[in-house]
Amino acid sequence: MSGLDELYKEVILDHYRSPRNRGKLEPSDFDLHRDNPLCGDEVHLYGHIEDGKLVGVAFEGKGCSISQASTSMMTERVKGVNLDNAEELAHLFKRLMQGESLADDERLGDLAALQGVQKYPVRIKCALLGWNTLLEGLKAYKEKHEG
Amino acid sequence: MDAREVRKDFPILDQEVNGKPLSYLDNAATSQKPRQVIDELKRFFEEDNANVHRSVHTLGERATVLYEGARAKVAEFIGAPSPRGIIFTKSATEGLNLLAYAWARHRLSEGDEIITTEMEHHSNIVSWQLACRDTGATLRAIPVRDGATLDLDAYERMLSNRTRIVTVGHVSNVLGTINPIADIAEKAHDAGAIVVCDGAQAAPHLPVDVGALGCDFYVGTGHKMCAPTGIGFLWGREALLEDMEPFHGGGDMISDVWIDHSTWNEIPYKFEAGTPPVADAIALGTAIDYLNAIGMKAIREHEIELTRYALERLREVPEIQIYGPTDPELKGGVVSFNLGDIHAHDVGTIVDSWGVAIRAGHHCSKPLMRKLGIAASARASFYLYNVEEEVDRLVEALGDVTRLMGGRS
Repeated sequence: MSGLDELYKEVILDHYRSPRNRGKLEPSDFDLHRDNPLCGDEVHLYGHIEDGKLVGVAFEGKGCSISQASTSMMTERVKGVNLDNAEELAHLFKRLMQGESLADDERLGDLAALQGVQKYPVRIKCALLGWNTLLEGLKAYKEKHEG
Repeated sequence: MDAREVRKDFPILDQEVNGKPLSYLDNAATSQKPRQVIDELKRFFEEDNANVHRSVHTLGERATVLYEGARAKVAEFIGAPSPRGIIFTKSATEGLNLLAYAWARHRLSEGDEIITTEMEHHSNIVSWQLACRDTGATLRAIPVRDGATLDLDAYERMLSNRTRIVTVGHVSNVLGTINPIADIAEKAHDAGAIVVCDGAQAAPHLPVDVGALGCDFYVGTGHKMCAPTGIGFLWGREALLEDMEPFHGGGDMISDVWIDHSTWNEIPYKFEAGTPPVADAIALGTAIDYLNAIGMKAIREHEIELTRYALERLREVPEIQIYGPTDPELKGGVVSFNLGDIHAHDVGTIVDSWGVAIRAGHHCSKPLMRKLGIAASARASFYLYNVEEEVDRLVEALGDVTRLMGGRS
């Protein structure tokens, strides 16, 4: 049972049962719907940006506990963070999922709890869905405002 | 038959997974292999291995006799009149694609229609979609009624002189529904269409007689019926096969070759280009011997009883939603379900920690998932070696799923 306990840590289940920043966000500067076609996880992510900071972030979605908890934890972590740091966090989280031992990296905070997903390769894309959506949203925003 | 005795023939079942005895309930994805099949693969490579239909030496003769023997076993197994109508493929999927290429693409044009169903595996949808794209024909689907059976009234209304192919799964891989192929075939023939039946989930589990089914083509796959992966079969009416263009070009499928043209070998060889998976085909023959020795009728009865038990036990689980027919006599040994709004992947991962292997996902049947209004489901599927204790372990593990995942706000 130890593998399972590592995957379904209490903090992850807490975010799954009581997702943070859930709902629509208005106004928003990006608003993207993405899914994992193979398993049916869905995330609709909203971001509101002011002075180069992600001042508001919210999501709607359905899917497995890992996809929804990871997205909920992400919204908590990136809210109020400037765009470059948010992007950096997303890349850091991707490295965590790719198997790097980053659990002690303070920048990850609670997100380090998702390290257990490393052992379940099929579930990694679930954990990444929200983050990939965020990266897309940030990219689209930057292209629109800097391009 | 005694499933407890049967289990002893399957070495893989005798192991612990995550500290619990393995309960393998993912047979609709692939079956396990009995020692007899594993031994025959080893024996063939150690004693008889050679290419078929080419070599005049002794090993070549032995391999050819065994390979053709396996073809005859497949023919007898599904009630085909002669081995000439049996084409070895790599899978049921390849069988469907062969028909989409070698039959549909040469005969269909704009205005023609192919009828499939909403409960098909993607292979029995996408293969025809591609043929439609190339020919201008239209693909239609018989709707699923009440989440369980095909709407045959709608089917009758869909049939017309434009209908060229009707292609239906014998047993649904998600709902377990056994479709009324004979009835569907009769109506299709009256409309002048040919009938394709996808037997991937049927041939391993119940007696099949293509004559009684009345279809024109029947596809199946070995790995779901105790044989290795990479070997499947297509049966077709010989007159139709004779009339078809080849599928793949290459060795063995030709009669003679010039630089500017070729002539074709006789059936079934016309459709078997290149060196086939000889050992796997022979092992399919061994798997058929194995299934016949137990008896397909006995296997079917065992699965009905186990499915009846599973449906009863699963109905006790709070918040469970079970899909498909509720009468085990009307379905194969497949039970798909969801637990409240808990995603099937969480269900699959948690029951795995109890040693229980089930499938979780859309089962390559996205149109059906959409029709059922779900993104995915969990699925337990049974075979001749499964026993009631494995169902009990699944039910116990599902309690753990609710405990871990339940109580969402």
